Amino acid sequence: MHRSVAQLVAKRDLLYTLTWREIRIKYKQSVMGMLWAILMPAVIVSAGVVVRIGFSMLSGRPLETGDLASVSVRAVPWAFFVSSIRFATSSLTANASLVTKIYLPREVFPIAAMLSQLVDFAVASLVLVVVLTVLHVGVDVQLLWLPVFVLILVVLTTGLCIVLSAASLFFRDVKYLVEVILTFAIFFTPVFYEVRMFGHWAPVLMLNPVAPLLEGITDVVVRHAPPSLPWMGYSALCAAGILAGAVAIFHGLEPYFAESV
Amino acid sequence: MTDTPLRVDGVFKKFRKGELYDSLRDLVPALGKRLFRGPAPSTLSAREFWALQDVSFDVRRGEAFGIIGSNGAGKSTILKLITGIMRPTRGTIQVRGRMSALIEVSAGFHPDLTGRENIYLNGTILGMTRAEIRQRFDAIVAFSELEAFLDTPVKRYSSGMFARLGFSVAAHVEPEILIVDEVLSVGDYLFQQKCLERMNQIMAGDSTIIFVSHNLRAVAALCQRSLLLDHGRVLQVGPTNETIKAYLTRGNQGRAVTPDSDIHITKVSLGPRNSSRVTFETDEFLEITVEATARTPHEDMSVVIQIVDDNQYNVFDTCTQRLGAGPLALDAGETLTSTFRVQLRLAEGTYHINAFLHRYVTNRPFDRYLSAATFFVAGTPTVRGVAHLVPALIHCETTIGAGVPA
Repeated sequence: MHRSVAQLVAKRDLLYTLTWREIRIKYKQSVMGMLWAILMPAVIVSAGVVVRIGFSMLSGRPLETGDLASVSVRAVPWAFFVSSIRFATSSLTANASLVTKIYLPREVFPIAAMLSQLVDFAVASLVLVVVLTVLHVGVDVQLLWLPVFVLILVVLTTGLCIVLSAASLFFRDVKYLVEVILTFAIFFTPVFYEVRMFGHWAPVLMLNPVAPLLEGITDVVVRHAPPSLPWMGYSALCAAGILAGAVAIFHGLEPYFAESV
Repeated sequence: MTDTPLRVDGVFKKFRKGELYDSLRDLVPALGKRLFRGPAPSTLSAREFWALQDVSFDVRRGEAFGIIGSNGAGKSTILKLITGIMRPTRGTIQVRGRMSALIEVSAGFHPDLTGRENIYLNGTILGMTRAEIRQRFDAIVAFSELEAFLDTPVKRYSSGMFARLGFSVAAHVEPEILIVDEVLSVGDYLFQQKCLERMNQIMAGDSTIIFVSHNLRAVAALCQRSLLLDHGRVLQVGPTNETIKAYLTRGNQGRAVTPDSDIHITKVSLGPRNSSRVTFETDEFLEITVEATARTPHEDMSVVIQIVDDNQYNVFDTCTQRLGAGPLALDAGETLTSTFRVQLRLAEGTYHINAFLHRYVTNRPFDRYLSAATFFVAGTPTVRGVAHLVPALIHCETTIGAGVPA
């Protein structure tokens, strides 16, 4: 782990150009350009609004601007999580010629894939700030927790990106498996809904390590309430564990990449 | 500072034929073993084979080291192990210093990006920092001669332009250890010359070069010491001319007699007799001896020798018939020996000898022995091109005024 961090620091220019390549290619010869960064969150928010309208019609409770803000605040990190994993899973196979022909620390491929999505995440977050301002969601001291949640989310995403990219190199169907899981994962994660709607079943949903992050972000950004520290700690532990395990597996398998791709 | 930037010690590499894993049931235990146990065992299972066996050598600082061998001898595998793309099954490889490989120099290019963007992308992939690239950018562009196309996506480049840009970036990495694998076949003649010059320049800067090539002449010109690989084993390590001689004479040992053939060329040797020379000077005389034996009587034969260059183009051929011998005959158990003498009015190069036993009239061969022997013609600065046409200057003078309009 320590060695691999040192190697990545030494190769930061490589990481930079690879990330820049991903972004550049995505926006070259494309109709939408930078709009791509907000397309997916916007679609998720629209879907969430439809679901929330359904909830409010069932319960008879009118839809509030807070609900809209909550869905928007959850949609942006979720879009980052999903697209990073989708993109990183095929990052090693997409760069097969580099994997088999030139020696590089191979972690750079899934990490660059994640970083390029992080740039989209940043762009979408700026738009989100505008949306939240329009919705009159104010500023509060609790916002200081936000960077902690984003950091945990990035660590968790990086871990999954690393291990899935290696798995997909050995088995091509990992990509489709990931695709299926990501499509339905939104139902198991509190993006459209909030876990407290489930009453005493809420902790079961919180076992999904992404759930405490989305709940926590909503708490600090929309409700201006302190986050649940135990659940945040749980997510942080999961993220650190997944990243450490992912790096160990990746390094264990790396010698066989060139022969197996 | 150590004097051996590269040390390869007892390296074995095992490959598997066919698909890697048939099913999940194979894979899960195999991956588990790889993750949690030590190095793979040194025995071979059913579909495995050794690509390299017990390869050891070291390369000294500042030297150019050649690796030669036939196709499939394991040259590319050893390079992949040295560069770290693959790991050896057994044995150790120690590399000290920044290494750069001129292998697949365009692998890092992205077709949709422009030449300028690809210089940065490929440069960092090959191990430079962005600051270094910025600093050498003009030199890279000048070397590639692609100034006019810098802002064109490289997918619109011709394959020659593509390779030139790749080599230009790679040539400016300024490594301590440079690995070169057959890249000199890219680009036109002038660009190849430029690449060779650049390599000499890199060598002058105290770098170590590892050069893998089929072009024995280039290896001889560049490398002080060389390694000969054969079927994954080291046959010889030492001064380049001795290694090359070992490589070439290995092919001259004759071939195994196929038991079902009735008549057979057994040996093709280069003379003068009792010499094992393989390098000759332009204009020198070379004797070529062809021996053949028959198990049943044959008649109406002629012996044909053909000298071809590295690309298998026929440089010259002759035969006993054209040189005045009548139809040759062999009785069962007899040996036919014919010795030809040629004068090597050839330019510098590598040449191979093919020998044939032809039917006297119909030209249908009884037997043929391709690449039976190989020899070099050493360069003389006055003979350039393909052949030595024995030039002489007959007239040369300067006149004033004649024919020039006032």
